[in-house]
Amino acid sequence: MHVKVLGSGCANCQRLAQHVGTALARVGLTATVEKVEDYPSILAYGVTSTPALVIDDEVVVAGRVPSATQVEELLRARA
Amino acid sequence: MQVLSLPSPKVRAWIPVLAGAAAWVVLYRSILPLWDWLVYDLAGLAPDTRLGHAVHFFFYDVTKLLLLLAAAIFVVSVLRSFLSVERTRALLGGRRSGLGTVLAAGLGGATPFCSCSAVPVFIGFVSAGVPLGTTFVFLIASPLVGPVAVTMLYAMFGLNVAVLYVLTGLTLAIVAGTIIGRFGLERHVEDFVYQTSLGKGFDPSRELTWADRFQIGRDEVVDIVRRIWPYLLVGIGLGAGIHGWVPEDFFARVAGPDNPFAVPMAVALGIPLYTNAVGVVPLVGALYAKGVALGTLLAFMMSVVALSLPELILLRRVLKPRLIAVFVAVLAACIIVTGLLFNAILGARLLVL
Repeated sequence: MHVKVLGSGCANCQRLAQHVGTALARVGLTATVEKVEDYPSILAYGVTSTPALVIDDEVVVAGRVPSATQVEELLRARA
Repeated sequence: MQVLSLPSPKVRAWIPVLAGAAAWVVLYRSILPLWDWLVYDLAGLAPDTRLGHAVHFFFYDVTKLLLLLAAAIFVVSVLRSFLSVERTRALLGGRRSGLGTVLAAGLGGATPFCSCSAVPVFIGFVSAGVPLGTTFVFLIASPLVGPVAVTMLYAMFGLNVAVLYVLTGLTLAIVAGTIIGRFGLERHVEDFVYQTSLGKGFDPSRELTWADRFQIGRDEVVDIVRRIWPYLLVGIGLGAGIHGWVPEDFFARVAGPDNPFAVPMAVALGIPLYTNAVGVVPLVGALYAKGVALGTLLAFMMSVVALSLPELILLRRVLKPRLIAVFVAVLAACIIVTGLLFNAILGARLLVL
Protein backbone atom coordinates (compact mmCIF):
# COMPACT_ATOMS: atom_id res chain seq x y z
CA MET A 1 0.00 0.00 0.00
CA HIS A 2 1.26 3.47 -0.91
CA VAL A 3 0.07 6.39 1.16
CA LYS A 4 0.85 9.95 0.17
CA VAL A 5 0.30 13.15 2.11
CA LEU A 6 -0.02 16.12 -0.24
CA GLY A 7 0.74 19.58 1.12
CA SER A 8 3.33 22.28 1.24
CA GLY A 9 4.60 21.33 4.70
CA CYS A 10 2.32 23.60 6.74
CA ALA A 11 0.99 22.72 10.19
CA ASN A 12 -2.14 21.01 8.82
CA CYS A 13 -0.13 18.74 6.54
CA GLN A 14 2.12 17.73 9.41
CA ARG A 15 -0.91 16.90 11.54
CA LEU A 16 -2.32 14.77 8.73
CA ALA A 17 1.01 12.91 8.45
CA GLN A 18 0.89 12.25 12.21
CA HIS A 19 -2.67 10.90 11.96
CA VAL A 20 -1.58 8.61 9.12
CA GLY A 21 1.25 7.26 11.29
CA THR A 22 -1.12 6.64 14.21
CA ALA A 23 -3.74 5.00 11.99
CA LEU A 24 -1.22 2.71 10.27
CA ALA A 25 0.08 1.55 13.64
CA ARG A 26 -3.47 0.81 14.82
CA VAL A 27 -4.45 -1.10 11.70
CA GLY A 28 -1.13 -2.93 11.73
CA LEU A 29 -0.48 -2.34 8.07
CA THR A 30 2.87 -1.77 6.51
CA ALA A 31 2.73 0.94 3.92
CA THR A 32 5.11 3.36 2.33
CA VAL A 33 4.27 6.89 3.42
CA GLU A 34 5.45 9.67 1.20
CA LYS A 35 5.14 13.39 1.65
CA VAL A 36 4.55 15.23 -1.61
CA GLU A 37 5.46 18.87 -1.25
CA ASP A 38 6.09 20.22 -4.75
CA TYR A 39 3.14 22.01 -6.26
CA PRO A 40 3.09 20.53 -9.79
CA SER A 41 2.89 17.02 -8.34
CA ILE A 42 0.13 18.04 -5.90
CA LEU A 43 -1.88 19.63 -8.70
CA ALA A 44 -1.34 16.62 -10.93
CA TYR A 45 -3.72 14.84 -8.54
CA GLY A 46 -6.29 17.54 -9.19
CA VAL A 47 -5.94 18.79 -5.62
CA THR A 48 -6.01 22.53 -4.95
CA SER A 49 -7.07 22.46 -1.30
CA THR A 50 -4.35 21.03 0.86
CA PRO A 51 -3.74 18.92 2.83
CA ALA A 52 -4.84 15.87 0.88
CA LEU A 53 -4.54 12.14 1.46
CA VAL A 54 -3.82 9.75 -1.39
CA ILE A 55 -4.09 6.00 -0.94
CA ASP A 56 -2.80 3.85 -3.81
CA ASP A 57 -2.93 6.80 -6.20
CA GLU A 58 -6.53 7.70 -5.35
CA VAL A 59 -7.38 10.98 -3.64
CA VAL A 60 -9.58 10.12 -0.66
CA VAL A 61 -9.58 13.36 1.34
CA ALA A 62 -8.72 16.92 0.36
CA GLY A 63 -8.98 20.31 1.99
CA ARG A 64 -9.22 19.16 5.60
CA VAL A 65 -7.41 17.14 8.23
CA PRO A 66 -9.28 13.88 8.89
CA SER A 67 -8.98 12.42 12.38
CA ALA A 68 -6.77 9.39 13.00
CA THR A 69 -9.94 7.29 13.32
CA GLN A 70 -11.21 8.47 9.95
CA VAL A 71 -7.84 7.71 8.35
CA GLU A 72 -8.03 4.28 9.98
CA GLU A 73 -11.42 3.62 8.36
CA LEU A 74 -10.13 4.76 4.98
CA LEU A 75 -7.12 2.46 5.29
CA ARG A 76 -9.23 -0.53 6.32
CA ALA A 77 -11.61 0.03 3.42
CA ARG A 78 -8.68 -0.24 1.01
CA ALA A 79 -6.60 -2.87 2.76
CA MET B 1 -44.12 -4.61 13.48
CA GLN B 2 -41.62 -2.37 15.06
CA VAL B 3 -43.27 0.34 17.12
CA LEU B 4 -40.21 2.15 18.40
CA SER B 5 -37.84 2.62 15.51
CA LEU B 6 -34.56 4.45 15.73
CA PRO B 7 -34.56 7.84 14.05
CA SER B 8 -32.90 7.95 10.64
CA PRO B 9 -29.17 8.77 10.49
CA LYS B 10 -30.08 12.17 9.06
CA VAL B 11 -32.11 13.01 12.17
CA ARG B 12 -29.58 11.45 14.49
CA ALA B 13 -26.82 13.72 13.12
CA TRP B 14 -28.80 16.77 14.24
CA ILE B 15 -29.35 15.66 17.85
CA PRO B 16 -25.86 16.55 19.23
CA VAL B 17 -25.89 19.80 17.25
CA LEU B 18 -29.22 20.90 18.74
CA ALA B 19 -28.06 19.84 22.20
CA GLY B 20 -24.85 21.79 21.67
CA ALA B 21 -26.78 24.86 20.55
CA ALA B 22 -28.96 24.72 23.67
CA ALA B 23 -25.90 24.35 25.90
CA TRP B 24 -24.27 27.26 24.08
CA VAL B 25 -27.24 29.56 24.77
CA VAL B 26 -27.28 28.63 28.46
CA LEU B 27 -23.51 29.16 28.72
CA TYR B 28 -23.60 32.46 26.84
CA ARG B 29 -26.29 33.81 29.14
CA SER B 30 -24.53 32.71 32.30
CA ILE B 31 -20.99 34.05 31.74
CA LEU B 32 -21.81 37.60 32.90
CA PRO B 33 -23.31 36.53 36.27
CA LEU B 34 -20.55 33.90 36.54
CA TRP B 35 -17.72 36.44 36.27
CA ASP B 36 -19.62 38.92 38.47
CA TRP B 37 -19.69 36.26 41.15
CA LEU B 38 -16.13 34.97 40.64
CA VAL B 39 -14.38 38.35 40.41
CA TYR B 40 -16.44 40.53 42.74
CA ASP B 41 -17.78 38.09 45.32
CA LEU B 42 -15.32 35.22 45.43
CA ALA B 43 -12.07 37.10 44.71
CA GLY B 44 -13.40 40.15 46.56
CA LEU B 45 -12.36 42.78 44.00
CA ALA B 46 -14.42 45.93 44.06
CA PRO B 47 -16.31 46.66 40.82
CA ASP B 48 -15.51 50.37 40.97
CA THR B 49 -11.72 50.02 41.17
CA ARG B 50 -9.52 50.07 38.10
CA LEU B 51 -8.14 46.60 38.83
CA GLY B 52 -11.50 45.00 39.58
CA HIS B 53 -12.99 46.46 36.45
CA ALA B 54 -10.00 45.41 34.27
CA VAL B 55 -9.95 41.83 35.58
CA HIS B 56 -13.69 41.43 35.08
CA PHE B 57 -13.49 43.01 31.62
CA PHE B 58 -10.64 40.71 30.59
CA PHE B 59 -12.23 37.40 31.63
CA TYR B 60 -15.73 38.32 30.50
CA ASP B 61 -14.50 39.48 27.09
CA VAL B 62 -12.27 36.45 26.52
CA THR B 63 -15.05 33.96 27.31
CA LYS B 64 -17.69 35.91 25.38
CA LEU B 65 -15.47 36.18 22.30
CA LEU B 66 -14.48 32.51 22.43
CA LEU B 67 -18.14 31.49 22.55
CA LEU B 68 -19.12 33.83 19.71
CA LEU B 69 -16.18 32.71 17.56
CA ALA B 70 -16.91 29.03 18.18
CA ALA B 71 -20.54 29.48 17.12
CA ALA B 72 -19.66 31.55 14.05
CA ILE B 73 -16.88 29.20 12.91
CA PHE B 74 -19.15 26.18 13.31
CA VAL B 75 -22.05 27.66 11.34
CA VAL B 76 -19.82 29.07 8.60
CA SER B 77 -17.80 25.84 8.28
CA VAL B 78 -20.93 23.74 7.89
CA LEU B 79 -22.29 26.14 5.25
CA ARG B 80 -18.90 26.26 3.56
CA SER B 81 -18.78 22.49 3.29
CA PHE B 82 -21.26 22.87 0.43
CA LEU B 83 -18.68 24.92 -1.43
CA SER B 84 -15.13 24.08 -2.41
CA VAL B 85 -12.21 25.69 -4.16
CA GLU B 86 -12.83 23.28 -7.03
CA ARG B 87 -16.46 24.32 -7.43
CA THR B 88 -15.53 27.99 -7.11
CA ARG B 89 -12.93 27.63 -9.82
CA ALA B 90 -15.47 26.03 -12.12
CA LEU B 91 -17.82 28.95 -11.46
CA LEU B 92 -15.13 31.52 -12.22
CA GLY B 93 -13.43 29.92 -15.20
CA GLY B 94 -14.25 31.52 -18.53
CA ARG B 95 -15.70 34.68 -17.03
CA ARG B 96 -13.76 37.64 -18.30
CA SER B 97 -14.30 40.49 -15.89
CA GLY B 98 -17.08 42.52 -14.35
CA LEU B 99 -19.42 39.90 -12.95
CA GLY B 100 -16.48 37.50 -12.58
CA THR B 101 -14.64 39.79 -10.18
CA VAL B 102 -17.75 40.46 -8.07
CA LEU B 103 -18.36 36.73 -7.90
CA ALA B 104 -14.70 36.12 -7.01
CA ALA B 105 -14.85 38.57 -4.09
CA GLY B 106 -18.01 36.99 -2.70
CA LEU B 107 -16.71 33.47 -3.14
CA GLY B 108 -13.34 34.51 -1.68
CA GLY B 109 -14.99 35.17 1.65
CA ALA B 110 -17.07 32.01 1.45
CA THR B 111 -14.71 29.36 0.09
CA PRO B 112 -12.79 27.29 2.62
CA PHE B 113 -9.06 27.34 2.27
CA CYS B 114 -6.25 27.89 4.71
CA SER B 115 -3.55 30.44 3.92
CA CYS B 116 -1.05 27.66 3.24
CA SER B 117 -3.27 26.64 0.31
CA ALA B 118 -2.86 30.04 -1.35
CA VAL B 119 -0.24 28.73 -3.78
CA PRO B 120 -2.07 25.62 -5.04
CA VAL B 121 -5.27 27.68 -5.27
CA PHE B 122 -3.42 30.26 -7.35
CA ILE B 123 -1.97 27.63 -9.70
CA GLY B 124 -5.32 25.87 -9.96
CA PHE B 125 -7.15 29.08 -10.85
CA VAL B 126 -4.61 30.35 -13.38
CA SER B 127 -4.14 27.00 -15.10
CA ALA B 128 -7.95 26.61 -15.31
CA GLY B 129 -8.13 29.86 -17.27
CA VAL B 130 -9.39 32.19 -14.53
CA PRO B 131 -7.98 35.66 -15.41
CA LEU B 132 -5.08 36.88 -13.26
CA GLY B 133 -7.02 39.90 -11.95
CA THR B 134 -9.97 37.73 -10.89
CA THR B 135 -7.59 35.31 -9.16
CA PHE B 136 -6.15 38.19 -7.14
CA VAL B 137 -9.63 39.41 -6.21
CA PHE B 138 -10.27 35.97 -4.74
CA LEU B 139 -6.94 35.81 -2.90
CA ILE B 140 -7.36 39.29 -1.39
CA ALA B 141 -11.01 38.84 -0.37
CA SER B 142 -10.42 35.49 1.28
CA PRO B 143 -8.56 36.55 4.45
CA LEU B 144 -10.09 40.03 4.52
CA VAL B 145 -13.75 39.06 4.93
CA GLY B 146 -13.37 35.68 6.64
CA PRO B 147 -15.79 34.76 9.44
CA VAL B 148 -13.22 35.26 12.21
CA ALA B 149 -12.52 38.90 11.27
CA VAL B 150 -16.22 39.69 10.85
CA THR B 151 -17.25 38.02 14.13
CA MET B 152 -14.56 39.88 16.05
CA LEU B 153 -15.72 43.20 14.65
CA TYR B 154 -19.35 42.37 15.37
CA ALA B 155 -18.54 41.44 18.97
CA MET B 156 -16.46 44.57 19.66
CA PHE B 157 -18.13 47.22 17.49
CA GLY B 158 -21.63 45.97 16.71
CA LEU B 159 -23.49 45.07 13.54
CA ASN B 160 -23.09 48.42 11.72
CA VAL B 161 -19.32 48.33 11.72
CA ALA B 162 -19.23 44.63 10.80
CA VAL B 163 -21.48 45.19 7.76
CA LEU B 164 -19.55 48.31 6.75
CA TYR B 165 -16.32 46.34 7.01
CA VAL B 166 -17.58 43.49 4.82
CA LEU B 167 -18.80 45.88 2.11
CA THR B 168 -15.54 47.83 2.24
CA GLY B 169 -13.43 44.67 2.16
CA LEU B 170 -15.28 43.24 -0.84
CA THR B 171 -15.05 46.54 -2.74
CA LEU B 172 -11.37 46.84 -1.92
CA ALA B 173 -10.65 43.31 -3.14
CA ILE B 174 -12.53 43.94 -6.41
CA VAL B 175 -10.77 47.26 -7.07
CA ALA B 176 -7.26 46.10 -6.09
CA GLY B 177 -7.52 42.80 -7.99
CA THR B 178 -8.88 44.51 -11.11
CA ILE B 179 -6.07 47.09 -11.06
CA ILE B 180 -3.44 44.35 -10.70
CA GLY B 181 -5.05 42.53 -13.64
CA ARG B 182 -4.86 45.69 -15.80
CA PHE B 183 -1.05 45.75 -15.54
CA GLY B 184 -0.92 42.77 -17.88
CA LEU B 185 1.78 40.98 -15.92
CA GLU B 186 0.90 37.45 -17.00
CA ARG B 187 4.52 36.74 -17.97
CA HIS B 188 5.62 37.62 -14.43
CA VAL B 189 3.96 34.51 -13.14
CA GLU B 190 6.53 31.73 -12.72
CA ASP B 191 6.65 29.66 -15.91
CA PHE B 192 5.91 26.32 -14.27
CA VAL B 193 2.42 27.55 -13.36
CA TYR B 194 1.36 27.55 -17.00
CA GLN B 195 3.02 24.20 -17.61
CA THR B 196 1.24 22.57 -14.70
CA SER B 197 -1.53 20.30 -15.84
CA LEU B 198 -4.37 19.83 -13.43
CA GLY B 199 -5.31 16.26 -12.74
CA LYS B 200 -8.94 15.25 -12.84
CA GLY B 201 -10.52 17.38 -10.19
CA PHE B 202 -11.27 16.06 -6.75
CA ASP B 203 -14.13 17.94 -5.18
CA PRO B 204 -13.94 17.72 -1.37
CA SER B 205 -17.53 18.94 -1.05
CA ARG B 206 -19.02 15.91 -2.82
CA GLU B 207 -20.84 13.05 -1.13
CA LEU B 208 -20.86 14.52 2.35
CA THR B 209 -23.59 13.57 4.80
CA TRP B 210 -24.89 15.99 7.44
CA ALA B 211 -22.90 14.05 10.02
CA ASP B 212 -19.74 14.68 7.93
CA ARG B 213 -20.53 18.38 7.62
CA PHE B 214 -21.09 18.73 11.39
CA GLN B 215 -17.84 16.85 11.95
CA ILE B 216 -16.06 19.33 9.66
CA GLY B 217 -17.62 22.19 11.63
CA ARG B 218 -16.49 20.72 14.94
CA ASP B 219 -12.96 20.03 13.66
CA GLU B 220 -12.71 23.55 12.34
CA VAL B 221 -13.80 25.09 15.67
CA VAL B 222 -11.23 23.02 17.59
CA ASP B 223 -8.51 23.74 15.04
CA ILE B 224 -9.09 27.50 14.82
CA VAL B 225 -9.65 28.08 18.53
CA ARG B 226 -6.48 26.15 19.33
CA ARG B 227 -4.56 28.38 16.94
CA ILE B 228 -6.02 31.76 17.92
CA TRP B 229 -6.46 31.75 21.68
CA PRO B 230 -2.96 33.13 22.46
CA TYR B 231 -3.58 36.01 20.04
CA LEU B 232 -6.94 36.64 21.71
CA LEU B 233 -5.38 36.78 25.19
CA VAL B 234 -2.55 39.10 24.08
CA GLY B 235 -4.92 41.30 22.06
CA ILE B 236 -7.43 41.73 24.86
CA GLY B 237 -4.64 42.12 27.41
CA LEU B 238 -3.01 44.89 25.38
CA GLY B 239 -6.42 46.44 24.81
CA ALA B 240 -7.12 46.45 28.55
CA GLY B 241 -3.67 47.96 29.17
CA ILE B 242 -4.27 50.76 26.68
CA HIS B 243 -7.71 51.34 28.20
CA GLY B 244 -6.37 51.81 31.68
CA TRP B 245 -2.90 53.27 31.37
CA VAL B 246 -2.43 55.29 28.17
CA PRO B 247 -3.21 59.03 28.58
CA GLU B 248 -6.60 60.01 27.24
CA ASP B 249 -5.51 62.22 24.33
CA PHE B 250 -2.12 60.65 23.51
CA PHE B 251 -3.25 58.81 20.38
CA ALA B 252 -5.74 61.51 19.39
CA ARG B 253 -2.75 63.86 19.07
CA VAL B 254 -0.45 61.52 17.09
CA ALA B 255 -2.99 59.58 15.08
CA GLY B 256 -6.15 61.68 15.01
CA PRO B 257 -8.12 62.33 11.84
CA ASP B 258 -6.12 65.51 11.14
CA ASN B 259 -2.84 63.72 10.61
CA PRO B 260 -2.70 62.57 6.95
CA PHE B 261 0.44 60.48 7.57
CA ALA B 262 -1.24 58.36 10.20
CA VAL B 263 -2.92 56.11 7.60
CA PRO B 264 0.17 55.22 5.50
CA MET B 265 2.14 54.69 8.71
CA ALA B 266 -0.55 52.37 10.06
CA VAL B 267 -0.44 50.34 6.84
CA ALA B 268 3.37 50.13 6.86
CA LEU B 269 3.23 49.03 10.48
CA GLY B 270 0.66 46.35 9.69
CA ILE B 271 2.65 44.45 7.03
CA PRO B 272 5.45 43.00 9.19
CA LEU B 273 3.18 42.59 12.20
CA TYR B 274 2.48 38.90 12.33
CA THR B 275 -0.89 38.46 13.94
CA ASN B 276 -4.45 38.02 12.77
CA ALA B 277 -7.91 39.51 13.12
CA VAL B 278 -8.32 37.96 16.57
CA GLY B 279 -5.24 39.71 17.94
CA VAL B 280 -5.74 42.98 16.17
CA VAL B 281 -9.44 43.77 16.73
CA PRO B 282 -9.26 44.18 20.55
CA LEU B 283 -6.27 46.47 20.00
CA VAL B 284 -8.22 48.43 17.38
CA GLY B 285 -11.14 48.72 19.82
CA ALA B 286 -8.94 50.15 22.57
CA LEU B 287 -7.19 52.57 20.20
CA TYR B 288 -10.55 53.75 18.88
CA ALA B 289 -11.69 54.53 22.40
CA LYS B 290 -8.51 56.60 22.80
CA GLY B 291 -9.33 58.77 19.81
CA VAL B 292 -7.49 57.19 16.88
CA ALA B 293 -9.50 57.83 13.72
CA LEU B 294 -11.64 54.95 12.44
CA GLY B 295 -10.20 55.10 8.91
CA THR B 296 -6.67 54.81 10.28
CA LEU B 297 -7.65 51.79 12.35
CA LEU B 298 -9.50 50.18 9.46
CA ALA B 299 -6.39 50.58 7.27
CA PHE B 300 -4.22 49.13 10.03
CA MET B 301 -6.45 46.11 10.47
CA MET B 302 -6.75 45.45 6.72
CA SER B 303 -3.00 45.68 6.31
CA VAL B 304 -2.44 43.22 9.15
CA VAL B 305 -5.01 40.76 7.83
CA ALA B 306 -4.47 41.01 4.05
CA LEU B 307 -0.75 41.71 3.75
CA SER B 308 1.56 39.46 5.69
CA LEU B 309 5.19 38.63 5.18
CA PRO B 310 4.75 34.82 5.43
CA GLU B 311 2.04 34.92 2.76
CA LEU B 312 4.25 37.00 0.46
CA ILE B 313 7.09 34.52 0.88
CA LEU B 314 4.70 31.72 -0.10
CA LEU B 315 3.42 33.67 -3.10
CA ARG B 316 7.00 34.28 -4.26
CA ARG B 317 7.03 30.64 -5.37
CA VAL B 318 4.51 31.41 -8.10
CA LEU B 319 5.01 35.13 -8.69
CA LYS B 320 8.16 36.81 -9.98
CA PRO B 321 9.47 39.73 -7.88
CA ARG B 322 7.96 42.37 -10.17
CA LEU B 323 4.44 40.96 -9.75
CA ILE B 324 4.88 40.61 -5.98
CA ALA B 325 5.93 44.27 -5.86
CA VAL B 326 2.88 45.31 -7.90
CA PHE B 327 0.61 43.19 -5.67
CA VAL B 328 1.94 44.78 -2.47
CA ALA B 329 2.01 48.31 -3.89
CA VAL B 330 -1.52 48.21 -5.34
CA LEU B 331 -3.05 46.55 -2.29
CA ALA B 332 -1.27 48.92 0.13
CA ALA B 333 -2.32 51.93 -1.96
CA CYS B 334 -5.94 50.78 -2.04
CA ILE B 335 -5.94 50.26 1.74
CA ILE B 336 -4.44 53.72 2.29
CA VAL B 337 -7.06 55.35 0.03
CA THR B 338 -9.81 53.48 1.90
CA GLY B 339 -8.49 54.72 5.24
CA LEU B 340 -8.16 58.32 4.05
CA LEU B 341 -11.64 58.18 2.52
CA PHE B 342 -13.14 56.99 5.80
CA ASN B 343 -11.34 59.67 7.75
CA ALA B 344 -12.44 62.37 5.30
CA ILE B 345 -16.08 61.29 5.41
CA LEU B 346 -16.34 60.53 9.11
CA GLY B 347 -13.86 63.19 10.22
CA ALA B 348 -13.62 63.55 13.93
CA ARG B 349 -17.20 62.43 14.39
CA LEU B 350 -17.49 59.30 16.42
CA LEU B 351 -19.45 56.59 14.72
CA VAL B 352 -22.42 55.67 16.84
CA LEU B 353 -21.75 52.13 17.87
